[in-house]
Amino acid sequence: MQQTQLGVIDYVTLALYVVFVIGIGFALKRYLKSSSEFLTAGRSIPAWVTGLAFISANLGALELVGMTASGAKYGIATCHFYWVGAIPAMLFLAVFMMPFYYGSKARSVPEYLKMRFDERTRALNSISFAVMTLFASGISMNALAKLLHQLLGWEYNTSLWICSAIVALYVFKGGLTSAIYTEVLQFFMIVLGFAPVVYLGLKDVGGWDALTKNLSQVAARPESIGLAPGHYASDAWSSAWHPILGGATQNPMGINVFAMIYGLGFVLSFGYWCTNFLVVQRAMAARNMGAARRTPLIAAVPKMLFPALVILPGMIAASLAITAKDGYRLPPKPIDYAILEKAVPIIQKGAEQHSDPAVVAKDIKAAIDADVRPDKIDALLKDPATASAPSAKIRDEIQGAVKDINFDGVILSLVQRYCPPGLLGLALTGLLASFMSGMAGNVTAFNTVWTYDLYQAYMVKNRSDDHYMWMGRFITIVGIGLSIVCAYLVSQWSNAMDIIQLVFGFVNAPLFATFLLGMFWRRTTGTGAFLGLLAGTGTSALFHALTLAEGNVPGMKGGYLSVVKTFPSDMAQNFYLAAFAFTVCFVLTAGISLVTAQNKTDEQLKGLVYSLTPKLKDEGEAWYAKPATLAIILLAACVVLNLIFM
Amino acid sequence: MGLDIRWPIGGLFSLIGLMMLVFGAVTSSNAELYKRSLGINVNICWGSVLVVFGFAMLGMAWRAAKMPLATAPAADKK
Repeated sequence: MQQTQLGVIDYVTLALYVVFVIGIGFALKRYLKSSSEFLTAGRSIPAWVTGLAFISANLGALELVGMTASGAKYGIATCHFYWVGAIPAMLFLAVFMMPFYYGSKARSVPEYLKMRFDERTRALNSISFAVMTLFASGISMNALAKLLHQLLGWEYNTSLWICSAIVALYVFKGGLTSAIYTEVLQFFMIVLGFAPVVYLGLKDVGGWDALTKNLSQVAARPESIGLAPGHYASDAWSSAWHPILGGATQNPMGINVFAMIYGLGFVLSFGYWCTNFLVVQRAMAARNMGAARRTPLIAAVPKMLFPALVILPGMIAASLAITAKDGYRLPPKPIDYAILEKAVPIIQKGAEQHSDPAVVAKDIKAAIDADVRPDKIDALLKDPATASAPSAKIRDEIQGAVKDINFDGVILSLVQRYCPPGLLGLALTGLLASFMSGMAGNVTAFNTVWTYDLYQAYMVKNRSDDHYMWMGRFITIVGIGLSIVCAYLVSQWSNAMDIIQLVFGFVNAPLFATFLLGMFWRRTTGTGAFLGLLAGTGTSALFHALTLAEGNVPGMKGGYLSVVKTFPSDMAQNFYLAAFAFTVCFVLTAGISLVTAQNKTDEQLKGLVYSLTPKLKDEGEAWYAKPATLAIILLAACVVLNLIFM
Repeated sequence: MGLDIRWPIGGLFSLIGLMMLVFGAVTSSNAELYKRSLGINVNICWGSVLVVFGFAMLGMAWRAAKMPLATAPAADKK
């Protein structure tokens, strides 16, 4: 991708942002007097702040970048990740689960598990969460450093260390509150930074109707803009439900309704939103029960509307590419200069010897490990200027001929296309902000789980609160250091990202079963929960080892023990894996609980289980402010959105 | 706790907005610069929006700070 020239104004915008986030950290330092204030924000934050932080913590840049990529690849059906795959779970969390998380006074999700079950389940959850959250942080940082390198030419190492240092500074000083406040800042940065880009894109394309018309061309021949080959109904990119209802062959995602609703909408969605401490931590920091329950509800509003900001640009990009407006095409995979240099002599020799372009293209593909367009190679070879061209020019031509699409670069290509200096700085700062808060969010979740659920619970108990506050600060630095290590791991080892995502999926899938049974069935026992969770996670791994998606070879993508079932796509395989693991965990947890003794008394379980918790007293809120009412209104709004874009 | 987040939010966006506004005004005759944004001077337009947003935030923070502590929404039950 071409490097962008930033104007002075853009650098100033960036600098202002950095100054403000660090300033927030310093300003908060003097209010932090206890470990609980540092690690859990002392439960004092208003609902609108925790609500926006809740959604912001989830909106790491990978989400931003990834959703636009999916918007280009799959069209508006990507909205299901939000409308089916998030809203119902968020509403459920607010109305049914927050009373237990908040009311139990647990300081973290694993601590709730300890109170409800025993140390075994807590240990399993805290260790797996701690590891995953560090990797998530590293992945964020790696993506940021790579982006800054591609876009602005900044050195990978420098960007990585500087951005990590900025995050370390404001989290070290201001703790969770700092992270939450900057997440709110980041939320506005993203919305205000990207809204104009989306507006300009939509205007450029000619409006929604023109967009839909162009997308029907994409649906007819997706390979013409570099997407996976196929042939779909004309509304496959512009209708959210029709292509899914038609079955796995009718939509580019290769999924059917059952997989989407049970696998994504229930298992994966609830598994993430209802149990992931990264987001739940924000709700737990609210100032009272009402605010805690309203947090996910407040967050649901932007979540419902975000597709306009993140998915629509992807669709716009696909539309621009199919009409090749002003020569736009989906950005090709960027190849390192050093590697491109290796291919330059191949072109030079090919031009000299008038070689067959197909052969030259093959040689180049071998040299740079990416497909190139034979027609472009042909043109390059036939051009008489090639023989005397400087190698830098040939290098750029080769990059331009790369066929593999860099979907993650789509949002950037739109920013580069539409933003003049001024707006450019704002949009880029928004992107930067989301990566940094992805790291901050994960590090603060890690701090709390480490200090309370691992360190205090198992290693050094019964020390003064000052000691744990010191540990909270200390582990912030360690956590950032470990995230940097993870970032390097992911950048050096191309399979690392896939493995990590895989493990996330394995661990996430069965999790909700444990919580569901724990919160709503008092008969669930510690042994049942522990063994069920273990079995569920194991089932995920086993399912993966025995199944494969069409077009993949056994190995990282699965099926390495034997291929018992083939799925139409990776996504389908994922959703079914989740459905399976959840069901196994649920059945086993329930079954084992029935045959083991409940080791907690009713008194101990009060406030942790639905049937043993007194119904929440009326907090004197107006009827329209009650969580249940708000949830129903939001659910109705979500249904309406689905119907509009059906 | 302690710091009302609306101050930094208001402050940051007011500053950035003002900067964009001024820059947009100064470069408004430069058609080449705004060719990308379909001829629209986004810096002036969006800069103004940011300024309005920033000032609104600052206004809310200022009003909250002036309220006597007793009536501030800190009297919550757990």
